[in-house]
Amino acid sequence: MAVNLPPATPAALAAPLPAISSELEIRIRKRFPNPEGSFNLNVHFRALAGFTVLFGASGAGKTTLLDCIAGLSDPDEGRIAVGGEELYESEKKRNVAAWKRRIGYVQQDLALFPHLTAEENVGYGLRALSVGDRRTRSREMLALFRIDHLRDRRPGQISGGERQRVALARALVTEPRALLLDEPLATLDRPTKSALVADLRRWNQEHRVPILFVTHNGEEVFALGDEVIVLNAGRILSQGRPHEVMQAPRLETVAHLSGVENIFDATVLALHETRGTMRCRLGTGEVELETPVVRAEVGSRLRVGIRAGDLLLATTEPHGLSARNILPGTIRRLVQRDVVISAMVECGGSEFEVHLTLAARDALHLAAGKNVWLVVKTHSCHLLETDSKVNPLRNS
Amino acid sequence: MNWEAFWLTVRLAALVSTLLVVIGIPIAYWVSYSRWRWKFLVEAAVALPIVLPPTVLGFYVLVALGSRSPLGRWWESITGHPLAFTFEGLVIGSLLYSLPFAVQPFAASFGAVDRTLLRASASLGHSPLQTFRRIVLPLSRAGLVTGFALSFAHTLGEFGVVLMVGGNIPGVTRTISIDIYDQVEMGNYSSANQAAAVLLVISFVVLSVVYGVNRRVWAVGPWR
Repeated sequence: MAVNLPPATPAALAAPLPAISSELEIRIRKRFPNPEGSFNLNVHFRALAGFTVLFGASGAGKTTLLDCIAGLSDPDEGRIAVGGEELYESEKKRNVAAWKRRIGYVQQDLALFPHLTAEENVGYGLRALSVGDRRTRSREMLALFRIDHLRDRRPGQISGGERQRVALARALVTEPRALLLDEPLATLDRPTKSALVADLRRWNQEHRVPILFVTHNGEEVFALGDEVIVLNAGRILSQGRPHEVMQAPRLETVAHLSGVENIFDATVLALHETRGTMRCRLGTGEVELETPVVRAEVGSRLRVGIRAGDLLLATTEPHGLSARNILPGTIRRLVQRDVVISAMVECGGSEFEVHLTLAARDALHLAAGKNVWLVVKTHSCHLLETDSKVNPLRNS
Repeated sequence: MNWEAFWLTVRLAALVSTLLVVIGIPIAYWVSYSRWRWKFLVEAAVALPIVLPPTVLGFYVLVALGSRSPLGRWWESITGHPLAFTFEGLVIGSLLYSLPFAVQPFAASFGAVDRTLLRASASLGHSPLQTFRRIVLPLSRAGLVTGFALSFAHTLGEFGVVLMVGGNIPGVTRTISIDIYDQVEMGNYSSANQAAAVLLVISFVVLSVVYGVNRRVWAVGPWR
């Protein structure tokens, strides 16, 4: 309402980027029909050597974007270049065929050739080499990804995690100028995932190519990203270092995507600019929170996001804590998801989701109906903008 | 049992089904991957011999091969003898007659190859033709065997087209199905019975091969 501020500009876009030969430049506009109305992919970004994570919910246009870069789908207009070479330029009517682009692409379903062994799959892209060289290179790659023992097996005879490795090795052995990975870790368990990530990092330390890595999993963003681009409904919402974009989300969509469970309407009650804080009332209830200050006026309305994992629960009123917000409340219900307990706590008309361990639940004898205190640190409260009007002072 | 007619028929069927592999693969490739809006007309034309009475097909082939047609004249100027009522004429008629029995299984199996494999092949630097040779063809083995076997079996038992195009010249165009007809006409039931039984057994064996290679457990592939 009364929040009038210059729009936030992600630092990464504002700073001039040095010209690096392996840089990937993308400017794409593509309209395509969708059951839920037509959809516009409209993105413009550059990716340097290293991991750039494309983060967004399914349907955000991530796979379509990768297809366009790989040449498997044509944009309506724009420009795609890698290392300065134009692969697509609508005005010059330039469109290099997919098979001449030398861009590695691991599709979501891997697409291993079922009639070829692991070694033949890996050697498939080395068409130009002699049989002997092809075998040497494939075996080196299989060894690097620690799957040399599988070389004579077909994709149907190996496990999911091993298949991911074969698919990665097959794309990397051709020494692509850029690498596109569409959720390659989605189906893996955590130890397999981190081992694979380590292998990928090791490979890229030598090759230094831009790697676009698509995921809808917030954890993977932190594990991999040198840079993260948040995509929603075909547009880039935000771009920057993962901790900037994900940990202090400034956009409500990013907050939703990165798993901020508690999002409230709030009204600014008082500003303490010298202390860097302000007081807000949540919704129409009676809960007041101390939050980091943003350039807003008393009485203006905004949104506050708090991660369920950042909240503390106490069974007696805590004293001597640095946290500024200690709210009395009642547990409404407990829901178990895997090894995480989700406690829904009502405090003065607002319901908070709190994540706890099983041990915490048992030690504190938590159950529905129990009176508790919620502890909320000031800097766990993230002020969100719904339309790029709120700019947290501490980031500017 | 007329062994001359039997071997002639087997030779004809083997030649026709082999040629149909050569002719049918490019046609099936085009049918599977072309995005031309009038493609359906070509598909309908290829399928015509399935529903057309063999005599109708045979009649048009006869006209097309005859001495008055450009094709017939061209053939005569090269070889010195007419095309109609020869073994070569019979081969041409049979190619048309059995074309859909090769093209349709080929096209169906090409179309069944997972498109993501073709995309992966392209991103690994293979042209569409290389992809076809290294991915589509090997994964369509069951369809290729089916098309070959069906066109073989279909040619083996043809009657109407042979009669129209080839006539009934012993050792040249008299196939086993025409021989059976002749034997029955002459009241020679035991000879007709032998030839019919041989055709029946061969057809059954060939169809067993077709259904065998398309068995579910195999269609999914020993590789998956």
